Amino acid sequence: MLGKTAGGLYWMFRYLERSENTARLMAAGQRIALTRSHADDEWISVLETTATLDSYSARYGEVTRDNAIQWMLCDRDNTSSVMTVIESARNNARLVRTALTREVWESVNESWMTLKDALSQKVGERELPQVLTLIRNRSAHVRGAFAGTMLRNDIYNFARLGTFIERADNTARLLDVKSYVLLPSASAVGSSLDNVQWETILRSVSAEGAYRMTYGQDVRARNIAQFLILDRRMPRSLAFSVGKLVDNYGYLADCYGTRLDSHAKAGALHSDFLAVGIDEILDAGLHEFIQAFLRDVAEVGSQTEVDYRFYA
Amino acid sequence: MQMTTTFDEMWGRGMGQSQGHSATASDDGASGGPNSRSSRMTQAQTMYEGLRPPYAAFDAWLKGENPGRLLRKQHEAEEVFRLTGITFNVYGRAEAAERLIPFDIIPRIISGREWARLAKGIEQRVRAINAFLHDIYHRQEIIRAGRIPVEMIARNAAFLSKMIGVEPPGGVYTHIVGIDLVRTGEDEFYVLEDNARTPSGVSYMLENRETMLQMFPELFSRNRVRPVSNYPLALRRSLAACAPAATRGDPVVAVLTPGLYNSAYYEHSFLADKMGVELVEGHDLRVVGGRVAMRTTEGYKPIDVLYRRVDDDFLDPLNFNPESGLGVPGIFDVYRAGGITIANAPGTGIADDKAVYSYMPEIVRFYTGEAPILQNVPTWRCNEPQALRYVLDNLHDLVVKEVHGSGGYGMLVGPTSSKKEIATFREKLLANPGNYIAQPTLALSTVPIFTRAGLAPRHVDLRPYVLVSPDGVTITPGGLTRVALKKGSLVVNSSQGGGTKDTWVLEE
Amino acid sequence: MHDPLRLHVRHVTTYDYETPVPWGLQQLRLTPQAHKWQRIINWTLSYEGAQHEATFEDQHRNTVDLVSVEPGATSLRITCEGEVEAIDTAGIVGPQAGYCPLWLFERPTPRTEAGPGCAALVDSVKAEPKLLLRLHDLSAAVAGAVRYETGVSQVGWTAEQALDEGRGVCQDQTHVFLACARAMGIPARYVSGYLLMEKEEQDASHAWAEAWVPDLGWVGFDVANGISPDNRYVRVATGLDYGEAAPVSGARHGTGGEKLSVSVEVRAQ
Repeated sequence: MLGKTAGGLYWMFRYLERSENTARLMAAGQRIALTRSHADDEWISVLETTATLDSYSARYGEVTRDNAIQWMLCDRDNTSSVMTVIESARNNARLVRTALTREVWESVNESWMTLKDALSQKVGERELPQVLTLIRNRSAHVRGAFAGTMLRNDIYNFARLGTFIERADNTARLLDVKSYVLLPSASAVGSSLDNVQWETILRSVSAEGAYRMTYGQDVRARNIAQFLILDRRMPRSLAFSVGKLVDNYGYLADCYGTRLDSHAKAGALHSDFLAVGIDEILDAGLHEFIQAFLRDVAEVGSQTEVDYRFYA
Repeated sequence: MQMTTTFDEMWGRGMGQSQGHSATASDDGASGGPNSRSSRMTQAQTMYEGLRPPYAAFDAWLKGENPGRLLRKQHEAEEVFRLTGITFNVYGRAEAAERLIPFDIIPRIISGREWARLAKGIEQRVRAINAFLHDIYHRQEIIRAGRIPVEMIARNAAFLSKMIGVEPPGGVYTHIVGIDLVRTGEDEFYVLEDNARTPSGVSYMLENRETMLQMFPELFSRNRVRPVSNYPLALRRSLAACAPAATRGDPVVAVLTPGLYNSAYYEHSFLADKMGVELVEGHDLRVVGGRVAMRTTEGYKPIDVLYRRVDDDFLDPLNFNPESGLGVPGIFDVYRAGGITIANAPGTGIADDKAVYSYMPEIVRFYTGEAPILQNVPTWRCNEPQALRYVLDNLHDLVVKEVHGSGGYGMLVGPTSSKKEIATFREKLLANPGNYIAQPTLALSTVPIFTRAGLAPRHVDLRPYVLVSPDGVTITPGGLTRVALKKGSLVVNSSQGGGTKDTWVLEE
Repeated sequence: MHDPLRLHVRHVTTYDYETPVPWGLQQLRLTPQAHKWQRIINWTLSYEGAQHEATFEDQHRNTVDLVSVEPGATSLRITCEGEVEAIDTAGIVGPQAGYCPLWLFERPTPRTEAGPGCAALVDSVKAEPKLLLRLHDLSAAVAGAVRYETGVSQVGWTAEQALDEGRGVCQDQTHVFLACARAMGIPARYVSGYLLMEKEEQDASHAWAEAWVPDLGWVGFDVANGISPDNRYVRVATGLDYGEAAPVSGARHGTGGEKLSVSVEVRAQ
């Protein structure tokens, strides 16, 4: 396989993953904003989570709901807006067209056409929920075509690496922005406001139901942290994502018959997870833990680019 | 980095010049007119192909069809194209750069007998083109024999001196050729242009058929239509047969594209996909170990045959345009050393130059010793004083084209131009006569297309695709039919409202 | 001067790069061809910091070697060395070899486009009816119009630029000669090679011109020295201009600058 193709697959799936995570984040953001008096504060936190608050401020200044929605959905100046990201995913799909089944390609192409249409006009408060659902549905459609028609070979593995690097990154960012409500000191307060915050976190990763199935009605900061960081059954948790990374590096090692630095780095990250407990993490500082994690994940990603010759 | 291809890269060069109705031409030798005396053209009626025998079975089917259903099918077909993303990029438009080419559901039908004759003519022409290219880059016997004037080559920008003395692997220069034809009568086909560089549009030939098979399976059980679907396999086989001496084991073939933003990118990826080979860009390639190799996840891997869709000038910044970011530095050195096959060979543009075109009947006779089977459109070369005088006197009846221009641009269509346009053009022509050739307008045949009001006749042309390898010449039965969708229009160019349709060649 | 002369040549080209070069290619035209008047006794081409990629004969029948710079190299040294025995043919090289048609050598290249400067030179020699003598006159006129001086001209200079400046090296003088000859309708080509001079250590290889004279074939004109080449000349490569006959030309990645040094040593045995 061409190095460029491996890179194209990796980025195509990073972008697809990012589009649906942004949609989830916005849905949760809208929901919580409706329950609060300082509604726009929540949009600040959403912008922080997508790491675009600075570029947003440079463009719009003050954070307002409408501008934030516009920025995150349609703005071409925002390299992480859903529209930009979907277009990048499609361009990468075009780049690797020969590696994809017709069904996967058509699904991506249709997503792009559908969303270009849906996002061509300003999305108001009223239309937002449907548009966000549409974004998630389109992503699910591509994933379905991918899971259902692609050969499980190196092509598949590079796509999966992209998915899980992005997911690990996105979940970690969400946790970081919300880390203050997960701190032991904050949970001691136990106010209803915090309950809403916690609910937002769970919603942002579509995990309200899954959490209830695991912990019942007992919503606690420690449990949420445990669930999103260490629970390997939870498909958007850090541990799950890292586990999948290790699996896919393993398949690549089998496929090519060599283990490379990126495998070792992912392996080390994974061992750290197996060794650590949630109390340890919270005691040492959630923010510090997440920052170190984000650095490590980025490192695994860039090592992969080098190991498999994405660009040179 | 991005190559500035015009829309016409999509179609190869120079297709779709509008051809006037009134076939007027004078083959008056004294006027310095066209060299081919046998091609005297007379006042002709436009031939409507839809009434001809090959359409009989189709017509019977059509009579039983409900127009509403057909309209639905027409929409379905468009939807298929939209979802598949069969698009072309329009150069010079920043927004909405990708466009769909309209598809018409009524096939164009050619009988097996008609095709057999056409195919013979095409093969003859393509063999002559390859022999011409070898000669031009070696002893230039045709010039020594006085059959074409030396200026035709010496003053030609398409002549690539770096190709002098090169023996391309397998002796093949034009691995892929697209011959543009128009029909004016029962057995009268004129060649408009020989696309000997990188003819495009073959993905439409294949996708149009695929779509028809999905839409109207019953049609194909009633008509015995010769398949086109093995083109990609034939292409790969044909390319592999031209592998260079350095090849070890099964030849590795790859398609070189200028990239995502090229107008024909869809086709490049389509062909790579269907052939099961890698689609590469210049920056994926590098000279390694005396070969041109592609960067894979496991390191550099040599390529034996490169089907390039990048123009000569951009192919190698070390040997040609140093500004090119699309090519591979040193690929030409490796080519000359026998380390890779480049398809088509560099320098083939000399064979599809419009001025050289006017000598094609001579070229065919010189290298095959036979009379040309396909007709050439009579051509006045304006660098010849007598021809120029004739052209100036008859501008309102003629089509005047730039010798090296790409199709559609910088040309005059006399019959449809205003007096003012003709006057302006006259000055351009006088300023640089050698830059122009002129041709009479032909009576292009029409075929039926589907409209809301029923079937309607429209003008068409045809581009069959030809593969050349040491094993022989392979012509896929069919090709790309382009149709002027506007009533009365002679412009089949898709940038000006042209569409495509499936082309059937029936089994006899 | 009519006896064969055995010449020993050593030509070293060194590139020193400011930063390691990740990728680079060089085309080398450093192998002289054997002819009736030029016998190659031995010749070797070697390089440090590069590896061989391909060898071929170009349209002018020059032997071309393509080498790639070793990734990470900070210097590249190319050495060619050997012994050649030459005889004096009064500059007559003879018939055209290979497939290049003569008209190819009548076409100006961007470097040899004739402008007003060349037109004036052509004008100054047009009185001479004999072609061979007119070419010698032209050679002398060019030498007068472009004074030999090193360190002034740029590699990319055109014939007209050299005339405007009135100074230049053998490359510039040769380009002017070619531009004028072609303007007169005479096929002409560029030659790169070596010349035995009083000074054995030279800092560049040499260049001269050849023009087509009916009945004689190619005839050499060394503008810089005002003579036709004799048995002190080693003819290495030909082309339409410097670009096609350059001893070393290439491309590379990397941002840092480079220092080029050339040493040529020609000795008589």
